[in-house]
Amino acid sequence: MSNKKMIALYVLPALLLILAIVYIPIVLTAFYGLHEWNGIGAMTFIGLGHYKTLMQDKAFWSSAGHSCLLAIFSVLSLILYLIVAMVLAARIKGANLFRKIYLIPMLLSSVAIAQLWLRVYHPTNGILNSLLVSIGIDNPPAWLAEPSIVLYALFIPILWQYAGFYILIYYAALKNIPSSLEEAAKIDGANALQIAWKIKLPLVMEVVKVTIVLAAVGSLKYFDLIFVMTDGGPNGASEVMASYMYHEAFRAYDFGYGSAISFFLLVICLLVTWVIRKLTAAKDTIQYS
Amino acid sequence: MFKRKWTTTMALALTLGLVLAGCGKNDAGQNAAEPSGSKDAGGDKVTIQFMHLWPEGVSAGQNKIVNQIIEAYQNEHPNVTIKQEVLDNEQYKNKLKVLGSSNNLPDVGVTWAAGFLQPYVDGKLFTPLDDLLTGELNGKFVAGTTEAYAINGKTYALPLEFNIAPVYYNKTIFEQNGLQVPQTYEQFKQIVKTLSDKGIAPIALGNKDRWTGSLWYMYLADRIAGQKVLADAISGSGSFEDEGLVKAAKEVQALVDSNAFVKGFNGLSNEEAKSEFLNGKAAMYLMGTWELPNFTTNEEIPKSFRDSVGFFKFPTVEGGKGDINSWVGGPGVGLFVSENSKVKEEAKKFVEYFVTKWGEQSVTGAGVIPATKVDTSTMDLPQLYIDLFNEMNKASSITLFADVQMKPNAAETHLNMIQALFGKAVTPEKFAQEHTAAISKGN
Repeated sequence: MSNKKMIALYVLPALLLILAIVYIPIVLTAFYGLHEWNGIGAMTFIGLGHYKTLMQDKAFWSSAGHSCLLAIFSVLSLILYLIVAMVLAARIKGANLFRKIYLIPMLLSSVAIAQLWLRVYHPTNGILNSLLVSIGIDNPPAWLAEPSIVLYALFIPILWQYAGFYILIYYAALKNIPSSLEEAAKIDGANALQIAWKIKLPLVMEVVKVTIVLAAVGSLKYFDLIFVMTDGGPNGASEVMASYMYHEAFRAYDFGYGSAISFFLLVICLLVTWVIRKLTAAKDTIQYS
Repeated sequence: MFKRKWTTTMALALTLGLVLAGCGKNDAGQNAAEPSGSKDAGGDKVTIQFMHLWPEGVSAGQNKIVNQIIEAYQNEHPNVTIKQEVLDNEQYKNKLKVLGSSNNLPDVGVTWAAGFLQPYVDGKLFTPLDDLLTGELNGKFVAGTTEAYAINGKTYALPLEFNIAPVYYNKTIFEQNGLQVPQTYEQFKQIVKTLSDKGIAPIALGNKDRWTGSLWYMYLADRIAGQKVLADAISGSGSFEDEGLVKAAKEVQALVDSNAFVKGFNGLSNEEAKSEFLNGKAAMYLMGTWELPNFTTNEEIPKSFRDSVGFFKFPTVEGGKGDINSWVGGPGVGLFVSENSKVKEEAKKFVEYFVTKWGEQSVTGAGVIPATKVDTSTMDLPQLYIDLFNEMNKASSITLFADVQMKPNAAETHLNMIQALFGKAVTPEKFAQEHTAAISKGN
């Protein structure tokens, strides 16, 4: 048996699996999105009708706005994660322990995190409000019930959940930088800030670009914590695109529309990935060694 | 050479394994649904697939009864095997939907009434059960229960439970603050004011779940505009823009303004709100009779609390058209038989048997109120249960939960509007208009 056939054979199981659970459903979703369908009865073909509705659907665009806001916060918080990773990689005392502590949220299931934060945010018995009352704030807000703050209250656990993941990636990338570069810079009289800015950052830039895409796309299709903690409420104040799609498909039994939303979401994610790749395309890849 | 062949075989086997695993479940399902055809003394051997939503952990009482009934049925009909599939509430709903769309429904399953039923009936997936109603079960159901499962004059499922929603209250808190059970809405508002002035949360409400707030709106609508106006608006023959119904929506917001509900109610789930009531932190809780076991027999809740729970009927509003004996409620779940079942006749017989046995056993075993008539006088039951049971028999009318009765899309709008109304994100007028718009869309 030739080598090529061998490779094909090894790839086959994974290929079949990914076809069956990713690509075929995407094609089906696109197909359903062109129909009026309640999930059970007959389908009627309506062409791009759902997409026309979608363009004028205020509830959808408000959820899209929330998703974008989450994406912006996720990407901005990467800066913080990178700084933390740099500090940890600088062989400070207990770096190993901190790295593990930061990673713990990543190991918990989303539902467990949601339960945890529901207790933190509980309007009367929650840790947060108990603390606020004890330091003399009489009427602390009900975090998950105020339309104006619920979204930000949700962002905190979402960012917290993934912090460890990005810190770990950055940490590994930073550890890959040969120490000889840093030593050489020190001999040339560079201070810590200059080393970080001029040597470390350029060398991990490729990794940073990947994490930007991960964070942006991951935020756009985010669902778990929001679904469990607020279910998009109150009054849709914390609705994101994925939860809106779920509500349309599974609550309002409008599978055609739900499919159209999820296909549109896919298009948005692809577009965002493409734009980010374009924007961050390296003019010249930096290599010091 | 040997090594390479070995790896090739392994890779192939893995691939095949995946393909087979994918098909496995489907095959098993089809085999089980088919009667095996061998003629035994007891007739054809049949397997009835039965999907329900009472897992052992969450609904221990119901789970035990289901098993008892199935065992008894199998003993009486040795040729019949009943295969159970048990799922949790929300998962059950989703799976039923998926099975429905792929035309793979179990022979017998659990369904909700009215709006939930509609798509399945439109898709011709459920079979009419009217012949059972005129047979042995004739006259066995509490009046008004089977109607909720009827579409275009045919009944597509037989109800198991029946619920009404009283206002439960904590007698201890009422006594400590010198409060009496209210007869009128004015008195009720006075109670709310007294409690909230003293820093006690008057009402536990978990409006993240939305249907919980809908109960409050429905009662106010019923008491102000009268049962008929409310029922007509929900069914679509009337309108939510009726003066009385708009006034009810205004009254909801007035209650919110007077701090009647627990803090952050729009962000709390029903379970969280319930625990406020169970912990004695809120004085009142409007909820269905399915909660009765928690206030009567559930040993996990302290006896001192259970003894201090009472209930009252939603008070009448001065100048309103409502009647104090009019309730909001409705059948919980019912049993359907799949139209495409290969063992339809046997499945129907099983449903008939199940409904008959369920009535009596569910009262004592699970503390729920069954949809079939049961003589409770000979049973040893908690007083709270008996009182509510009697109230139900005196009911002048029972309005089905709005979100159950409306079609799925309209129900979703109703629930979203309820949360917005309580959160004061819409005006009562806008609340009414949105309802009209959603209901007129007809899906």
